[in-house]
Amino acid sequence: MLAMNYRGPFRVRIDEKPYPEILHPEDAIIRVTRSCICGSDLHLYHGLVPDTRVGSTFGHEFIGIVEEVGPEVTEIQVGDQVLVPFNIACGKCAFCKQELYGNCHESNPEATAVGGIFGYSHTAGGFDGGQAEYVRVPYANVGPTRIPPEMDPDDAVLLADVVPTAYQAAEMGGIKKGDTVVIFGAGPIGIMAAKCAWLFGAGRVIVIDHLEYRLEFVKSYAQCEAYNFRSMEDPVLFIKKTTDWFGADVCIDAVGGDAAGNALQTITGRKTLLQAGSATALHWAINAVKKGGIVSIVGVYGPTDNLVPIGNVVNKGITIRANQASVKRVLPKLIDHVLAGRLDPKGIITHRLPLEEISDAYRMFSAKLDDCIKTVLIPPKATM
Amino acid sequence: MEETKDYSHIKGWGIDIDPENEPTYPIKKYTGDDHAQSRWERPSLQPIDVEVLHSNERPNVSAVFGNTLPPKGLSGAIRRFAFRYSENRYRHWLPLILADRIDMVEGLIEDLRRGHVPNILAEKGYKAEWKYNQRGVIKKAVAAAAVAAYLVLLLKRGRK
Ligand SMILES: NC(=O)c1ccc[n+]([C@@H]2O[C@H](COP(=O)([O-])OP(=O)(O)OC[C@H]3O[C@@H](n4cnc5c(N)ncnc54)[C@H](O)[C@@H]3O)[C@@H](O)[C@H]2O)c1
Ligand SMILES: [Zn+2]
Ligand SMILES: [Zn+2]
Repeated sequence: MLAMNYRGPFRVRIDEKPYPEILHPEDAIIRVTRSCICGSDLHLYHGLVPDTRVGSTFGHEFIGIVEEVGPEVTEIQVGDQVLVPFNIACGKCAFCKQELYGNCHESNPEATAVGGIFGYSHTAGGFDGGQAEYVRVPYANVGPTRIPPEMDPDDAVLLADVVPTAYQAAEMGGIKKGDTVVIFGAGPIGIMAAKCAWLFGAGRVIVIDHLEYRLEFVKSYAQCEAYNFRSMEDPVLFIKKTTDWFGADVCIDAVGGDAAGNALQTITGRKTLLQAGSATALHWAINAVKKGGIVSIVGVYGPTDNLVPIGNVVNKGITIRANQASVKRVLPKLIDHVLAGRLDPKGIITHRLPLEEISDAYRMFSAKLDDCIKTVLIPPKATM
Repeated sequence: MEETKDYSHIKGWGIDIDPENEPTYPIKKYTGDDHAQSRWERPSLQPIDVEVLHSNERPNVSAVFGNTLPPKGLSGAIRRFAFRYSENRYRHWLPLILADRIDMVEGLIEDLRRGHVPNILAEKGYKAEWKYNQRGVIKKAVAAAAVAAYLVLLLKRGRK
């Protein structure tokens, strides 16, 4: 079968690989009909995630048709069209039982701090991902969810990660009616988080980025304010001033370790890996939130250390909330929001490319070419 | 999970318990399972048929795992070394990053051995870069050519 093949930082290609096997009684094999490239994949593509082995297949946002199931699979059947949450979760461990499906303890031998994630390095379990024609899906009774027949597959694929992550980012912000919410990052996650902030009753939603085309997009897509941090001397001061010298009620980091905007952070975090990614956006979030405010982090960082003003967290009494999104937990509610038209995920898709053009697809998303926001990859045998 | 231990010898034990104070909700639905720690009923176990490195912060291999890329070669040896240390240590993560870079070279050698000369520019997506950012590509090429020319010049001078 065709599958993406990682060869080292900035080098990926499509190759012929063996068809995946059922290795566990709760496994399923899914024939992928759509998969996406995520901002999280860029951290892998840029070589920032330790134990990203050459030969890996990435891809944790995918939908498809059940092709084969193991003997203990009862919840889905061959032929079902399913969307697959990016977290691999057993449903039985203490964490899964408490709906922390992003923190399962039975899906990743290599690291205890992360649950298993499809196609996300050996630090997240060493599973092959969905940027392929077929993919092995463990714990098929827990993750895969039938796609409602009336749902557009383009909406469904964005429910595997983007919408749940953005929704949880807003949810963790503990937004109260009328709150001013500042979101760092106008990528798919930040854009969708802006949409979701309104669902929680935000009074004002502000998005910060430096890519003009994304700011233009989010302004109309999420009916919010959007500002370019390159045009301000100091984004924190800007936010203080625009909130009557108070600070935002809630700040959301939807950027993670590939952040731009501060030379020291970029050199230590992205160029030399002296810290676990550049923490510029998180630094701004902590300093721009009000005293007693909440910083919600969904941006992804590596497993070592980062330069953040932790003293200000203490002195300002900030609550920090963060996690890998627990997709399964929020899925029923989000399917509802999408079917009711309150959220329009497919509206952020800007590019559709055949799976075979994976090298170009990664380049375009990484270098933000051709005003790219979200790319969907279509395998050659995809029928829907 | 019910708390069965007796704490009556501790003055005031539990007097300030506030069930409403559950800041992890709704992200975490607190059930009390935490107090049983790691003693849940495990799922069926995937047979371990390849070498799986597991974090020494857990006693076992998780019930499922990816099996397609077991450690091998020099990068594998470094990875084995890294897994002797916990996730808390630089000795774990820095060798893993080093192993990734070595793996890349090993990958290149393996490609060549199988008679496949990788088209690195294509793998890096230079087709798209050329289509949407010609100026950038030309700039880079000119810069690279200038550096090369300068080096040649230096070499020639050195020989005189
Ligand atoms: N926690 C989770 O479950 C989860 C799930 C999915 C994605 N993520 C993470 O969310 C982050 C965003 O993902 P994405 O797909 O939107 O990625 P993306 O790369 O498309 O978007 C990131 C955006 O941040 C902007 N940016 C860079 N530096 C900035 C700064 N200092 N301030 C403000 N904006 C800045 C970039 O220009 C870009 O538009 C990534 O770190 C990704 O790994 C987390
Ligand atoms: Zn993702
Ligand atoms: Zn679990």
